Amino acid sequence: MRTTRFVAPAAAGLLAVAGLAGCGGGDDADATAGGPIAVKATDSACEVGSTEIDAGQVTFKVTNNGSKVNEFYVYAAGDRVMGEVENIAPGLSRELRVELPAGTYETACKPGMSGRGIRGALKVSGTAASVAPDAALTEATASYQRYVRSQTAALLTRTEEFVAAVKGNDVAKAKALYPVARTYWERIEPVAESFGDLDPKIDGREEVVEEGMEFTGFHRIEKDLWTTGDISKDGPIADQLLVDVKAIVAKADAEKLTPLQLANGAKALLDEVASGKITGEEERYSHTDLWDFNANLEGSKAAVGALRPALEQRAPDLVKQLDAEFANVEAALGKHRAGDGWKLHTQLSKTELKELSDSINALAEPVSKIAAAVAR
Amino acid sequence: MSTPAGGDATSEPNSEQTGRGISRRRAMTLAGVGAAGVGAVAAGAGALIAGGGEASATETAAGAVPFLGEHQAGITTAAQDRLHFVAFDVVTKDRDRLVAMLQEWTAAAARMTAGKDAGLIGAVGGVPEAPPDDTGEALGLPPSQLTVTVGFGPSLFRDAQGRDRFGIADRRPTALADLPHFAGDALKPELSGGDICVQACANDPQVAVHAIRNLARIGMGVVSVRWSQLGFGRTSSTSRGQATPRNLFGFKDGTANLKAEDAGLLREQLWVQPGDGPDWMAGGSYLVTRKIRMLIETWDRSPLAEQEMITGRTKGSGAPLGRRDEFDEPDFAAKGDDGEPVIAPTAHVRLAHPDQNGGARLLRRGYNFVDGSDGLGRLDAGLFFIAYQRDPRKQFVPIQTRLARNDAMNEYLRHVSSGLFACPPGVRDAADWWGRTLFS
Repeated sequence: MRTTRFVAPAAAGLLAVAGLAGCGGGDDADATAGGPIAVKATDSACEVGSTEIDAGQVTFKVTNNGSKVNEFYVYAAGDRVMGEVENIAPGLSRELRVELPAGTYETACKPGMSGRGIRGALKVSGTAASVAPDAALTEATASYQRYVRSQTAALLTRTEEFVAAVKGNDVAKAKALYPVARTYWERIEPVAESFGDLDPKIDGREEVVEEGMEFTGFHRIEKDLWTTGDISKDGPIADQLLVDVKAIVAKADAEKLTPLQLANGAKALLDEVASGKITGEEERYSHTDLWDFNANLEGSKAAVGALRPALEQRAPDLVKQLDAEFANVEAALGKHRAGDGWKLHTQLSKTELKELSDSINALAEPVSKIAAAVAR
Repeated sequence: MSTPAGGDATSEPNSEQTGRGISRRRAMTLAGVGAAGVGAVAAGAGALIAGGGEASATETAAGAVPFLGEHQAGITTAAQDRLHFVAFDVVTKDRDRLVAMLQEWTAAAARMTAGKDAGLIGAVGGVPEAPPDDTGEALGLPPSQLTVTVGFGPSLFRDAQGRDRFGIADRRPTALADLPHFAGDALKPELSGGDICVQACANDPQVAVHAIRNLARIGMGVVSVRWSQLGFGRTSSTSRGQATPRNLFGFKDGTANLKAEDAGLLREQLWVQPGDGPDWMAGGSYLVTRKIRMLIETWDRSPLAEQEMITGRTKGSGAPLGRRDEFDEPDFAAKGDDGEPVIAPTAHVRLAHPDQNGGARLLRRGYNFVDGSDGLGRLDAGLFFIAYQRDPRKQFVPIQTRLARNDAMNEYLRHVSSGLFACPPGVRDAADWWGRTLFS
């Protein structure tokens, strides 16, 4: 957690799209002609039923035949998220509806919910009008809103599982679920933080809790899990965490963001990494900081990705720089993978941490220039 | 993102005309015409009054030191009061990015040494959505004789695995030979070495820090700070017009230093001459840095006579033992009534003196430091030693070898950091840039 808030919308002209570009809603009658495109996901494969399709609304039906929890994404250039479904448990199927203009895309399954995933090409043809400059910004906010909603849904599900494990006094399971639930929080942290009083209750660290306020939320349970291992009295704290997460999910889903907020949010996420995760302050008991690091990075990339079409029109050189620096951070972080998760902060040497810090600084400088490009 | 190097140092209209933000130069002008309130800017005030309003800006503590020249400023420049020194690791493999950064640095340094903001837009002149291209803490401060001096370390040419990092390995001067291990060295690797160094000196610490901070920011993605050092209180004079200052042992230091006025000696001892090595270093100089922790608490408990014997000078005037005045030549042959040398064989002044080192001299411009305390109730204090020279193999290395073996002062010293850098010649004009002679 930290205290930065989204910058208040400074440019009213850029404000917000009221409606979402129809997707994920489930009330649109028109599905893909010939029915949904079947996606068969396993731990090592991602078979997409058809990879050359017509523009318009497309429905994917993703079935997880593997043993790990899976995710499915449709990416435009630069990993801009066009649509995604999170948290597909083994044996289950979920649908993704997404509006796709003509162009080339990538599909990705992410068994274990980590990494770049198993990628495949997706070609969409048909008559989609080219996006005008301001339309590109409008689409950016809609695109990011889709992302936020997918994350909040998974956050809620995973928090419910985590809370159940805590209340069931299942320490091992709670420990395993803790960094996973927090991944969804960390990806959209700046959005969540914009709701002032809920953030410290959910994500406050011990030292930031004000006098007269109780130390609650994720980090309180983290402390108990990893220090004493005694969570027998944490039931009420877990219940309150779920109540607070539900409240923030409702608010985040209703929040209408401006392109400027996206730009500042992308930067704020990297600042989170630079100030809290590199240092190991955030997860001082569990040392799962690299999970948060990765989630912050993914969230930042999602926000930048949403703005990408606009940036390609406004600042093409910046886009190239962003691509190179995102790739650089991903490569640096990728060295510290452990199975489907990440090494502990305490397992990294000072030299390794400095390399990560350098790569984040190198990325954050160009990211800090997005806001001005979007605002002009 | 980079502009042609250096160009804006001279061609950019100042911000009074363009109306973009507050100009530090403007603040200087106000001070110069005698607005007392503005003149109270700490470093500037005394000098401006002393100059009677007629002294050129370059002669005052607040004024500007020319950035362009045959040699880099910050070497023979009269030693300023404050230091911020930084050593960077280069983190990119891309030679073009490194060159572009050096060009951006040159332009930024040209501007900052003139008392302007680091970037063209400035600390407060830009759009509200963008982070400013200057960090702002030097707004309203005069140039304060800021100099920014750059050097290239051995590891820039080849990395630890021997790889030619940027296609310049064959241009590494033989004089840039790694320093040997000296007796008693307690070097910390994380505080030593570095691919590129920047020495910022100024009469106002805020101005020096501002320079380093902005260059570090410009360099993100290309360089990463490896270590850095703040210094207060110069410990050497580089000009005859300056009094010899004292180090934290309380002694005058650097009496026999090379000085800006010694043109012949500077050619012989300081500046790399054509034919010395690769052409790109002609007009440059080699820099050795040593962070020397002083065990001041034990020093302070030692008797005055012992302190003077160790140093070889009197503590009050700085005169060599047996002589009267600071600048009297030490008499190394003189014996006392007891038949022992007046200046002990292990005295610092004897071991370091040019006469005892085949005439080898250094231009020293070190600074005192106090980095807080060490957790054991002692100040973490000492000398950040800085020495420029024509060839370290003939100057610093033999001198330090003798000192490390025999200097009685070693009991109170710990060398914890070491750096060696080839400082290229000066930036000649608005189209020139740091490292052009090396990378072109």
